[in-house]
Amino acid sequence: MKCSPLVRTAIIVLALTLAGGSTAIAGSLRITGSGASFPFPIYSTWFKIYSRAHKGVIIDYQSKGSGAGIRDFINHTVDFAASDAAMNDSEIAQVKEGVQLLPMIAGEIVLSYNLEGVPELRLPREVYPAIFLGKITRWNDPAIVKANPGVTMPDLPITVVRRADSSGTTFVFTTHLSAISPAWKNGPGIGKTVNWPSSSRLVAAPKNDGVAATIRQTPGAIGYIEYGFAKMAKLPMVLLQNRAGRYIRPSIKSGQAALAHARIPADMRVWLPDPEGDDSYPIVTYTWMLFYKNYKDERKAEILRDLVRFCLHDGQKLADRLGYIPLPANVVKVVEKASQNIH
Amino acid sequence: MASPETDRKAGAGGSICRPPTAADRLADRVFRGLTCAFAWLTLLLIGYIVWRIGGTALPAMKRLGIGFLTGTTWDPNQQKYGILPEIWGTLYSSLLALSIGGFFGVAIAIFLSEDFLPDRIRVVLKATVELLAAIPSVVYGLWGIYILIPMIRPLANWLHVHLGWLPFFSTSLTGPGMFPAALVLSIMILPTVAAISQDALGAIPARTREAAFGLGATRWETILRVLLPTASRGIFSALVLGFGRALGETMALAMLIGNSNRLTLSLFSPADTLAALLALNFPEASNLEVGVLMYAAVILLTITLLVNIAGEMIISFSARPGGGRS
Repeated sequence: MKCSPLVRTAIIVLALTLAGGSTAIAGSLRITGSGASFPFPIYSTWFKIYSRAHKGVIIDYQSKGSGAGIRDFINHTVDFAASDAAMNDSEIAQVKEGVQLLPMIAGEIVLSYNLEGVPELRLPREVYPAIFLGKITRWNDPAIVKANPGVTMPDLPITVVRRADSSGTTFVFTTHLSAISPAWKNGPGIGKTVNWPSSSRLVAAPKNDGVAATIRQTPGAIGYIEYGFAKMAKLPMVLLQNRAGRYIRPSIKSGQAALAHARIPADMRVWLPDPEGDDSYPIVTYTWMLFYKNYKDERKAEILRDLVRFCLHDGQKLADRLGYIPLPANVVKVVEKASQNIH
Repeated sequence: MASPETDRKAGAGGSICRPPTAADRLADRVFRGLTCAFAWLTLLLIGYIVWRIGGTALPAMKRLGIGFLTGTTWDPNQQKYGILPEIWGTLYSSLLALSIGGFFGVAIAIFLSEDFLPDRIRVVLKATVELLAAIPSVVYGLWGIYILIPMIRPLANWLHVHLGWLPFFSTSLTGPGMFPAALVLSIMILPTVAAISQDALGAIPARTREAAFGLGATRWETILRVLLPTASRGIFSALVLGFGRALGETMALAMLIGNSNRLTLSLFSPADTLAALLALNFPEASNLEVGVLMYAAVILLTITLLVNIAGEMIISFSARPGGGRS
């Protein structure tokens, strides 16, 4: 029997697709996700490695922002989503299959600054909220000078740089400020965008890279960005005073020390607005992936479980290089157990 | 005696005039139908966009009402929204850009359309100006942050120190702000203004120019008194188009304007525009906030529409047959 190559290929593909329901290896499967932009660099690296190791599995992740990811997830236009602010109860209630939140990686938010001749800067707990509130406006303010003995603070106005777009980074940062400063809590409060004080010395730039670029170009600037971006842009980072009163340099180690003090609840939503511990860096956060508890396609659920396993073990090893904080071992165990709820 | 050529022509029909064939008529009708359909399709598309945006905005419109236009806070935490600073920033930055970019754009158009230069150099210059239109917005933004702002900072702060009593210079320039944003915006609208004005000037018959010279007008007088008024209609459309482009520009402005909802005349203070507000807040917006942002989009659309209508009206009001001044 003669058969053109085209027809033969078509038959093979058809056979594989039909067989795909029963065997896990044959046929190609496309998994789509969307959401948070903060973990995008590490997620895309994970998914690329996973797809390469698993023939026929293609994972697409679009970094649209946490809010857009949650919207897509509720509308069932994606297989999974990712969010820096987890999901709130009313959002979870809209998903009838049930939602499994899984913290996948953690990050730090640092204050970067631009001051010539000040390679190391310490800011006490009562000072940095005041800077972002516009109460402390000059670098040679007595409160800053007192915390930095031996350093000549320049007589420069402080320019505060914030995120212009609404973002999980702002959410985490304002959560922390609200926890340590009543004035902040009663003023701007917590949110992905808040009502910032109005001042000509407070400017906003889009995304982490925009804030980093603006800080770099503005003498006397200070702003909050993700640790990874500050590290990549080689911007100096402020040593912040933690709950125990010590000044802590942002690093993977001090971030993990902070994470170690949090107990993960059953719903996996854990916040560390002001972590305890002598060596803990004060602004750390988890970031989550969102899965349905029940998938129609059993194979998809199986691959997602396997993907989570990969991210929790091999994936965490990439964290350091990309500027994230790997999950502590006890957290990995809890999350892996919870991932069994994905069916 | 007829040449072979005319013989052949005569054999093919005798004359170049002939009645349209059925195929000609059909092609004609199809063409007319197609153009008509496309024209209506454009209208339909705009109608559909307005309908969808308006539909999403409706709940927010009902809730916030007209106070949305006069409010000055943007606080999703307390569900307080107002876009007066953004409306102001949009108009202010666009007007500034138009006055700078419009002036230089028309000047470039005159320089390139009157023969001041040898042809070869003119072609190169013209292409260079048009190339400005091809630079992506985000590149303009980066150029603004890394080059323009450090460059103008000393001048801006000198102006603030010495002329700080003027409301335009009442704050010092920290980094991003209205002035750098308007400068970059003026460069972005320059090619639009220059190219269309140049076409308008080029469309003036050579005889007009010759007549002016013939009457003893100097070149300066010819350009200012004859050519510019004659081309005024085209130049004005160029300005209206440039203004429209400035109103809608997003990314470069989002990077340069500082995105702070302040209502100020100061050129060196950060400000905000509607387009930047929309682009920056949309990705993380909750359902309720999406409605509010759509309301802001409706306002931006309305402003653009009003500007275009006003432009059209001024053109038809001021232009006489021939376009000259009496």
